[in-house]
Amino acid sequence: MKKRTGVFVCHCGINIAGTVDVKKVADKLNKHAGVDHAEDYVYMCSDPGQKRIEEAIKEKNLDNIVVACCSPNLHETTFRNAAKAAGINEFQCEIANIREQCSWVHKDMDKATVKAEKITVSAVERVRQNESLEPIGIPVTRRALVVGGGIAGIQAALDMANTGFEVVLVERSPSIGGHMIQLSETFPTLDCSQCILTPKMVEVSKHPKIKLMVYSEVQEITGYVGNFKAKILKKPTFVTDACTLCDECTRVCPVVQSNEFDLGLTGRKAIYIPFAQAIPALYTLDITGCPGLMPIACGKCADVCDPGAIDFDMKPEIVEEEIGAIVLATGYDLYGKEEMAEYGYGKYADVMDGLQFERLLSASGPTQGKVLRPSDHKEPKEVVFIQCAGSRDPEIHCAYCSKICCMYTAKHAMLYKHKVHDGQAYIFYIDIRSGGKNYEEFVQRTTEEDGVLYLRGKVSKIFEENGKIKVWGTDTLIGKPVEIDADLVVLAMAMRPSEGADKLARTFKVAVDKDGFLAEAHPKLKPVESVTAGIFYAGAVQAPKDIPEAVAQASGAAAKAIGILSQERLFHSPMVAKVVKNLCTGCNMCVDVCPYDAISLEDGKAVVNDVLCEGCGTCSATCLRAAISVKNVTPQQIYEMIDASVGG
Amino acid sequence: MAEEFEPKIVAFLCKWCSSAGSDLAGVSRMQYPPNVVPIQVMCSGSVSPLYIFNAFKKGADGVLVSGCHPGDCHYIEGNYYARRRIALVKELLEFVGLEPERFQMSWVSAAEGTKYTEVIKDFVDVLKPLGPQSHLRREQ
Repeated sequence: MKKRTGVFVCHCGINIAGTVDVKKVADKLNKHAGVDHAEDYVYMCSDPGQKRIEEAIKEKNLDNIVVACCSPNLHETTFRNAAKAAGINEFQCEIANIREQCSWVHKDMDKATVKAEKITVSAVERVRQNESLEPIGIPVTRRALVVGGGIAGIQAALDMANTGFEVVLVERSPSIGGHMIQLSETFPTLDCSQCILTPKMVEVSKHPKIKLMVYSEVQEITGYVGNFKAKILKKPTFVTDACTLCDECTRVCPVVQSNEFDLGLTGRKAIYIPFAQAIPALYTLDITGCPGLMPIACGKCADVCDPGAIDFDMKPEIVEEEIGAIVLATGYDLYGKEEMAEYGYGKYADVMDGLQFERLLSASGPTQGKVLRPSDHKEPKEVVFIQCAGSRDPEIHCAYCSKICCMYTAKHAMLYKHKVHDGQAYIFYIDIRSGGKNYEEFVQRTTEEDGVLYLRGKVSKIFEENGKIKVWGTDTLIGKPVEIDADLVVLAMAMRPSEGADKLARTFKVAVDKDGFLAEAHPKLKPVESVTAGIFYAGAVQAPKDIPEAVAQASGAAAKAIGILSQERLFHSPMVAKVVKNLCTGCNMCVDVCPYDAISLEDGKAVVNDVLCEGCGTCSATCLRAAISVKNVTPQQIYEMIDASVGG
Repeated sequence: MAEEFEPKIVAFLCKWCSSAGSDLAGVSRMQYPPNVVPIQVMCSGSVSPLYIFNAFKKGADGVLVSGCHPGDCHYIEGNYYARRRIALVKELLEFVGLEPERFQMSWVSAAEGTKYTEVIKDFVDVLKPLGPQSHLRREQ
């Protein structure tokens, strides 16, 4: 039976009609063979527009329709639903993109109109050969994977676990807690950071729905939304569960290494527990420092271990997990000292970064919260804080604003003044960015109540002289150079994606932005989603952000993941490959090229697994006998589209 | 004087990168010549050599295949297959006497509206001096 096609040309106000003669396009299509109805309307996506489509389908008894409008990424779903509402299959609707790919990129009305006609005819020829299809339902693995055990990862894991879904939380270091556990107090309330984080860490460790895997890294992800498979490398800690935390091993260990928790301000042994409240409370033997995993090389820790918990033969282990949704929350690192040589960072002991200063302020830090400078352990009386160290500097460093430094520097200066009453704090700044609830008031307090001196300008030079750190800068508000003999300099270093974020992006097949942060699917409307369905972001992995924002995004990511996990079945596009059995010779070429292992040979003929097939069509381009093609993008359809594109 | 020759170009754009990149060119209101009629395919790896020959047979003056950057394929490795296949097609087209410039492959990501614009402008500039393609053209 002859198929009846309808065409609907949208003006999109003047977005399309300004460059494309939409009436002419509709007229031309009306005369096109097989088209039984063509009309134009100012906004097809509007309610009346959709009504017109539905009515035309019913009245003119249309079998399929083409809407010539904006990109299918925008309104394909709208019009397919309209088609469905009018009683035809949703796959009997195709979009001709005459806005993004035509009216917006051309100015010559005649030429743009001809092109729009070709694009529309091409879509008509395609839709006339479309099959009616129903979405393919796939069962969902109702578990989640969270990568990164900082505050964002913890929050996302808890939100999902408390909703009743199992969560695998993977952290690469020996304890969860991230950077937040290193902080002293948090702005603007001056809450003790550890005191508010540790209850959540404990909840994670005790939660029956959370499987915590520390000292582990995700190596490979396969599968698709609802049904991912993860290969997770569990690195050996060389300490078994028999450990009673007696700490005898660290006492005898002869190796001292830089302590990551204190950012190098103190040392730790090769066998260690990262910090007192570490979750899980487990010792780890760091083989980068250990003289050798055998009694002959050292073995002192094993000698003193009464319960015999040291196991030098522990091997790395690959654990496989099946999950339905993924939250990436691997956070940030501070800009490296090797890149910030101009401020003497890494050269002078008394020039430190913001996180190191947090450790100095922290009650659990190397000085039990006393502010003492590293070089001579004296109390610094003049402290210079430098904001935008590495941020907002497109020429040599990062072009972006790291967002949290204005606030934490104000906090640093305030806390310093609370501890050293007769000290003076200076802050060099470019602008103060204190957007956020109670943030501006907090900054005001540092100047009004704590007498912190803000100097607007950049520092030009830092050098050591007579046991002081000389800071030369400019106060651009009074237009005069400033010279300060400082005892301590604290740099508010730029935030950047944590080390290995690029590898993470490749493993999970998500995009990175120009600064190396993970790119969200849409900057305004999909800030939590990655471009890969089922993978979401939480925290600073996506962009610099402070704790409440990271927590909010984590809860958002958890909600998005729950949206997937709470479904019995997910629906996947039915545009999958189909085999014409009597053309197939069983040559196996399509089986070899399929990226999803969706094709197999059964009785010498190719068979497609509809659930695994993503419809990429690599098989169809490979098949020498045209025996396999993707539904609704068959070679016959493409040939018709080529005809329409070239013709005229 | 006769009207200037306007080459007809068929562009196979993968849905995830190049078609999205060309959408971005539109959203950003970049301008390029209207000689290209795009055909959206799922993946550059699904572009069969037959599509390319078919387009030339029907009188296309140039054919473009554009996909995700190597390593960024939405379908993991489809564009690698495309790259290998297209290298062969290019040799074959040259062998049968077609100007090699008439067939191009490009990598345009969803963020590269500017690049898509440049690719089209350059392609049109290359095709104009070559004149109409008649080597493989067959009257229907």
